[in-house]
Amino acid sequence: MADHVSSSGESHGSVGSYLTGFVLAVILTVAAFGIVMSHAMSPSGTVGAIALLAVIQIVVHLVYFLHMNGSSAQRWNVMAFVFTVLSVIVLVAGTIFIMHDTSINMMSR
Amino acid sequence: MAQNITADAAHGHDEHHESPVVFGFWVYLMTDCIIFGSLFAVFAVMRNQFAGGPTGHEVFELSGVGIETAILLLSSITYGFGMIAAHDNKVSTMRTWLGVTFLLGLGFLFMEIREFSHMIAEGNGPDRSAFLSSFFTLVGTHGLHVTCGLLWMAVLLFQTAGKTELNERMIGKLTCLSLFWHFLDIVWICVFTFVYLMSVI
Repeated sequence: MADHVSSSGESHGSVGSYLTGFVLAVILTVAAFGIVMSHAMSPSGTVGAIALLAVIQIVVHLVYFLHMNGSSAQRWNVMAFVFTVLSVIVLVAGTIFIMHDTSINMMSR
Repeated sequence: MAQNITADAAHGHDEHHESPVVFGFWVYLMTDCIIFGSLFAVFAVMRNQFAGGPTGHEVFELSGVGIETAILLLSSITYGFGMIAAHDNKVSTMRTWLGVTFLLGLGFLFMEIREFSHMIAEGNGPDRSAFLSSFFTLVGTHGLHVTCGLLWMAVLLFQTAGKTELNERMIGKLTCLSLFWHFLDIVWICVFTFVYLMSVI
């Protein structure tokens, strides 16, 4: 019975895990807005900092709200997700690289 | 021996909850990720093409974006509480949390529409520059997803009206919508970071 409760708690989340995720998400969001609004860092430093905060917050949401984990029941979900992340990185980075290069070589700016 | 039995039971239990429907919906969400990835790539390319029009710094109001972010984050956790109630078979509690989530989603949509109409009224619509075209396409697509999520939520509220317990099928539907709703919140993290905050630096 105890096993049943703990395993269902893991796959659906509990009030505690949702609250943990929520508090972490609030801290990360406030930090991102704070860094930008206070102009505490140089522009390039700010870009790097808020991008890092966004990545951390996405992981927090995936773990605490979407209940992603390394269990065998989640294996195919995680595999599909990793493949998608890879595709999106190739898509976005490739697009930015190619269009930036084109724009420089065509002297359109 | 006893360990084998518990392991098998736990395995069966997990499989029972990870239904093919939920996995199929997860794969749909992954394709949706690609759509948003493409729109973010377009925005990244177009973000400096102002065509003499306003820059992000001039048209974006961070206070409004902050409130929208807070509303969406709150709606994520209220939906989560709804799912906990659903798994405990507390139908009326689940419906209450779903109703709260619906109202928060409606509030988010209201703020977004107000922001869009304000910008269009000032002549900064999607036809003003490539930057604004890609902005309206990206954020509008997210808003369209939120609208679909709200419609779906209304349908589920209607279908569970007067019910005293939830069957597996209804739990599956609620789980799919919870994945959709939390996924939209993840997309919004990217929107407020890479669209709004990066445009005002």
